[in-house]
Amino acid sequence: MSLAYYPGCTLKTRARNLEEPAVASMEALGFKLDEVPRWNCCGAVYSLADDDLIHQVAPVRNLIRVKKQGKNELVTLCAFCLNTLKRANLLMRQDVAKRDTLNAFIDEGIDYSGEVKVVHLLEVLRDEVGWAALSQKVKLPLRGLKIAPYYGCTLLRPREIAIDNVENPTILGEFLKALGASPVDFPESTRCCGSYQVVSSPGDIAEYTRPILNSALKNGAEAMVLTCPLCDYNLGRGQKELAKKQSGFREMPLLYFTQLLALALGLGPQVCHFELNHGSPESLLKEKHLLSQVESFQPIGGQK
Amino acid sequence: MSTKQRKRKPAKTAVKEEKKIAAKLIPIYIMGKRYEIPEGLTIMKAMEYAGYILIRGCGCRGGTCGACGTVYRKPGDYKLQVALACQKTVEPDMYIAQIPFFPANRATYDFAGLTAAPEEVFKLYPELFRCVACNSCTKACPQGIEVMDAISALKQGNIAQAAQLSFDCIQCGLCTSRCFGELAQYHMFQLARRIYGAMIVPRAQHLTEMVKAVGEGRYDRFLEELKRTKEDELKKLYEEREVEPMAAGEDWKPKDRRYL
Ligand code: SF4
Ligand code: SF4
Ligand code: SF4
Ligand code: SF4
Ligand code: FES
Repeated sequence: MSLAYYPGCTLKTRARNLEEPAVASMEALGFKLDEVPRWNCCGAVYSLADDDLIHQVAPVRNLIRVKKQGKNELVTLCAFCLNTLKRANLLMRQDVAKRDTLNAFIDEGIDYSGEVKVVHLLEVLRDEVGWAALSQKVKLPLRGLKIAPYYGCTLLRPREIAIDNVENPTILGEFLKALGASPVDFPESTRCCGSYQVVSSPGDIAEYTRPILNSALKNGAEAMVLTCPLCDYNLGRGQKELAKKQSGFREMPLLYFTQLLALALGLGPQVCHFELNHGSPESLLKEKHLLSQVESFQPIGGQK
Repeated sequence: MSTKQRKRKPAKTAVKEEKKIAAKLIPIYIMGKRYEIPEGLTIMKAMEYAGYILIRGCGCRGGTCGACGTVYRKPGDYKLQVALACQKTVEPDMYIAQIPFFPANRATYDFAGLTAAPEEVFKLYPELFRCVACNSCTKACPQGIEVMDAISALKQGNIAQAAQLSFDCIQCGLCTSRCFGELAQYHMFQLARRIYGAMIVPRAQHLTEMVKAVGEGRYDRFLEELKRTKEDELKKLYEEREVEPMAAGEDWKPKDRRYL
């Protein structure tokens, strides 16, 4: 089955370790992630200014391209892209005046009114594959791996675009369980990692990430699972600084959910690009005997 | 301004030429001023007909140098149109302005020190990320290049795709003049094509071999032979030469293989 797929710029450069294992895993599960033809940057941040319509053009243009692709659902991997695209889509559904202005300006010969459904890959796994069916496909259960599911903000806030219960999300925990891992509950799993604040005040990165990382460690996590390259950047750099500042602080491997998926499906470490990860996950994975490839698998060159 | 108007009155010439060629005159507006111009002229010739001496905004006159970027509008149409002045034929009631030059930031770099990593482009042109996907650049390109898509490709780290999409760019600068994000797209594309040509596209093995063979003098004696040939004989050889057919395949070889 073919799914319209929006990668986002970062997944083509720094975060190839988020994309490549996803493409290979979905292929193994019988889905082809079909890149939206001629997609452009999603705009990265949803503009909150009421009259700043120009920054809605990029996400809406992508949604129009999905419609032109003949699809009515769009899958994203990066939590930030999901947030921007889904909120712009909501604007197109709800605000008629802005919708008309945007359609006229974008000039793609299609009137768009928010009919594409924007989903995160985790939702596809939950709602279209199902946790039970997923766990049956697991070739290499991630047994004994204690992982803290970190949501951050963009999967859950604002409420209108949340992919799960805003206060008590379980989707990442269920996902980890389906792969045979042990999710570690920790109270700071939806606390903001600092997001783009770190651009203007890079010195604060340790302070933003300290409570998140300490809370996960205190609850026994050996690694943390993420869905967003910005979280990865902030938490990765944050824990490097904390290791210098706070005696006894232990850096932990940060992993994308798609890397765990690929490992559990037996696709082996090659598709995971661990060399791009923070906190060198390989020694932990080796210790748990998770670095072997179970099945020979030829990924279908992902890109067009 | 890059154009000058002749001192002598253009109207007289116009009347004379009208009689001579008896062409129909149509009104056009050059920088807001009305002129009667014989139909069928290009914008560039029309401007010269109107009395402008083009010392800028004019180069090859063949649609390849990018010097003659022009914008125009028709009355009652909000859409801005673009053209190359040397290519586009005048239409009645066009309002025309040439944009022979548009200021655009060009990064300086030591090419030998660059790699094919996407970050090289990001570092030299950080304004790349100011693009808002408005698509005004694509609409402004007289070469029909998908300018916005090529910018997207650069953001996605796909230098090869940016180079291929922008292959026909003639550096006219019209995209840059319309950019909402104040990007200088064509300079970025030039960097992309340089990196692509030097570091991404595979080297042609047969070319290297041929250059080596030429250098080693494998073809010297044929050249000498040619130099000694008399003019009449040369003409005959030229006229009787075997021409590669248009639809020849990769493996086509001439009947006379002495020189291969
Ligand atoms: S930066 Fe991280 S925590 Fe903050 S919004 Fe993103 S995903 Fe959420
Ligand atoms: S890409 Fe820009 S500079 Fe190049 S031909 Fe098109 S409009 Fe001119
Ligand atoms: S005109 Fe500028 S901002 Fe608009 S799409 Fe082109 S490059 Fe992006
Ligand atoms: S679209 Fe035109 S009128 Fe509107 S803000 Fe931009 S430049 Fe001004
Ligand atoms: S004069 Fe060179 S493109 Fe028109």
